[in-house]
Amino acid sequence: MLAAAVSRVLSGVTQKPASRVLVASCNYSNDAMFAIKKCDLYRLEEGPPVTTVLTREDGLKYYRMMQTVRRMELKADQLYKQKFIRGFCHLCDGQEACSVGLEAGINPTDHVITSYRAHGLCYTRGLSVRSILAELTGRRGGCAKGKGGSMHMYVKNFYGGNGIVGAQGPLGAGIALACKYKGNKEVCLTLYGDGAANQGQIAEAHNMAALWKLPCVFICENNLYGMGTPVERASASTDYYKRGNFIPGLRVDGMDVLGVREATKFVADYCRSGKGPIVMELQTYRYHGHSMSDPGISYRTREEVQNVRKKSDPIMLLKDRMVNSELATVEELKDIDVEVRKEVEDAAQFALTDPEPPLEELAHHIYCNTPAFEVRGANQWIKFKSLS
Amino acid sequence: MAAVSGLVRRPLEQVTVREAINQGMDEELERDEKVFLLGEEVAQYDGAYKVSRGLWKKYGDKRIIDTPISEMGFAGIAVGAAMAGLRPICEFMTFNFSMQAIDQVINSAAKTYYMSGGFQSVPIVFRGPNGASAGVAAQHSQCFAAWYGHCPGLKVVSPWNSEDAKGLIKSAIRDNNPVVVLENELMYGVPFEFPSEAQSKDFLIPIGKAKIERQGTHITVVSHSRPVGHCLEAATVLSKEGIECEVINMRTIRPMDIETIEASVMKTNHLITVEGGWPQFGVGAEICARIMEGTYFRETEYSSVYLDTGYRSEAKASFSPRPCIQFPGCSCSSRHWC
Repeated sequence: MLAAAVSRVLSGVTQKPASRVLVASCNYSNDAMFAIKKCDLYRLEEGPPVTTVLTREDGLKYYRMMQTVRRMELKADQLYKQKFIRGFCHLCDGQEACSVGLEAGINPTDHVITSYRAHGLCYTRGLSVRSILAELTGRRGGCAKGKGGSMHMYVKNFYGGNGIVGAQGPLGAGIALACKYKGNKEVCLTLYGDGAANQGQIAEAHNMAALWKLPCVFICENNLYGMGTPVERASASTDYYKRGNFIPGLRVDGMDVLGVREATKFVADYCRSGKGPIVMELQTYRYHGHSMSDPGISYRTREEVQNVRKKSDPIMLLKDRMVNSELATVEELKDIDVEVRKEVEDAAQFALTDPEPPLEELAHHIYCNTPAFEVRGANQWIKFKSLS
Repeated sequence: MAAVSGLVRRPLEQVTVREAINQGMDEELERDEKVFLLGEEVAQYDGAYKVSRGLWKKYGDKRIIDTPISEMGFAGIAVGAAMAGLRPICEFMTFNFSMQAIDQVINSAAKTYYMSGGFQSVPIVFRGPNGASAGVAAQHSQCFAAWYGHCPGLKVVSPWNSEDAKGLIKSAIRDNNPVVVLENELMYGVPFEFPSEAQSKDFLIPIGKAKIERQGTHITVVSHSRPVGHCLEAATVLSKEGIECEVINMRTIRPMDIETIEASVMKTNHLITVEGGWPQFGVGAEICARIMEGTYFRETEYSSVYLDTGYRSEAKASFSPRPCIQFPGCSCSSRHWC
């Protein structure tokens, strides 16, 4: 057993000379230190640290979360192709390190808002796989009772899921304004994509956030393609971390969950200290096309996608690190895979068998806190009752 | 003229619409820490139309916020703040500029409570002057009652006099839904008698309830905002001819109080709608459609009267509603100019 462990360590060392490894006398290490890629900085003297310590407990948690997001997205793909999910479905497999790393860098009391490619963040912010899949299939057990769908899922301190590209920019700045107004030292992570970065309202949000020193972290999730348009064809400047102009920024490897975690801690601390907003660009990649109606290979090659999977897959990167530094065994991680698959399978079963919301409730939730009233249906003799 | 009017003392109980809105906002700002006002020139300039005069001096930078000229941005910021638990009042210098921000009003504010299955409410007020002013030309004269009134999830109110203005702004601020308050610039300076109950800090006018400003038996005249005053003037002229108009002030565009209008039409069997917006797909068109779908449509002849929003004042004058002397016995059932 020890010989096997030592040989694994040695082979680990030759493969990854940059890691320093603590070898404990038991089978697992409690923690290990890893190197992180240095971030490109803009208007910043210092950036996040270039090394970090990962505990075994955290490592297993991040692995499980990323694997859950991956499996959930693949299940959504399958359900969509079987026509149980209709409408829009924008998947984020490949970008798991972003959602998991961001959550690891903030507190549950902080706030997050993002675009329509939201399922990963829905999960990391606290929605169960069940409630997400059931919302996708439009059932009453969905987190929005089946009325929102893929792009409109909400939970405490998570403001969706927004269908209009870029609208979440000012919304996030507004949430940050509320944090500053209440004086609670909370921050708001406001995510948008490389495509949305060209929206005028993002620039408006930048201006007001900087003017009023709002605790808003503007995060550009750059997955290199805005729908079918590569970044070079859409943006005069593809240095999205510099696009805040007078706002400091940093560019982070979005495929490394530890890098994202450390950068998030850094930017959250920056905002919490009252210095105002900051921009963070996460360089990442999506394996699927823009949405389920896009095969994703008309504007990029299959080879490119496969290359990223082979070299930079976020789950593989974490797994290799953990195994090579004795934080976990391959078998243990495989066990987690099996558990995750089961969880997602059970959730999918629920999402397929839970009933749809009843037609009588079609007009509910139009107004909040308002006495019941009637809504005209498709003709004047069809009436729906609307309750808050 | 200006010097003389400065010397004329108004009776104490007269309050202008501007003062009424100011009072309403002041009282709500005082009552609830979470209420704040943002918009262009609302703070240090005292408001582009002086509606927020004195509020910045009283409440300071935190609660009365001057914004840059970024409608889409600051409307979105206001909506986000509402989602996170504050109660913003977002002023548009005129509602014409709200078009640049209309996505935030409709898609981010109005639809969210429904799309979230009742999880996320958006307690926000959008207010500002709406409709035609004096000679401001087409780009600055549009009435948005029909556009905003079209959307479920929004409440839309349109005050006429001071009592309306104060009661409705207070109800709007206390409402947990997105409320659009369509004021009128030409009404800001007009004084009205303020009933004693309107002076209470808890004076509220319910959203969704119209008011019968003048009882009558021969014809129902329905209107909102400034044209309500025109209708009352017309009613006075017609009264001398022996025609008694029942003038209804809608007060709320959405949810519309069709019951009050229908009950009146049942009584009078005649209906005129008067509005500042364009006729096609307008508020009057909706009222007519609802009456037609109601029980008594066969017994009603209907016509609509329109105001033009053209620039030239003489063109406006020729299309302003004048009392229609032909009306008794007027037998046409299609829409016509009066």
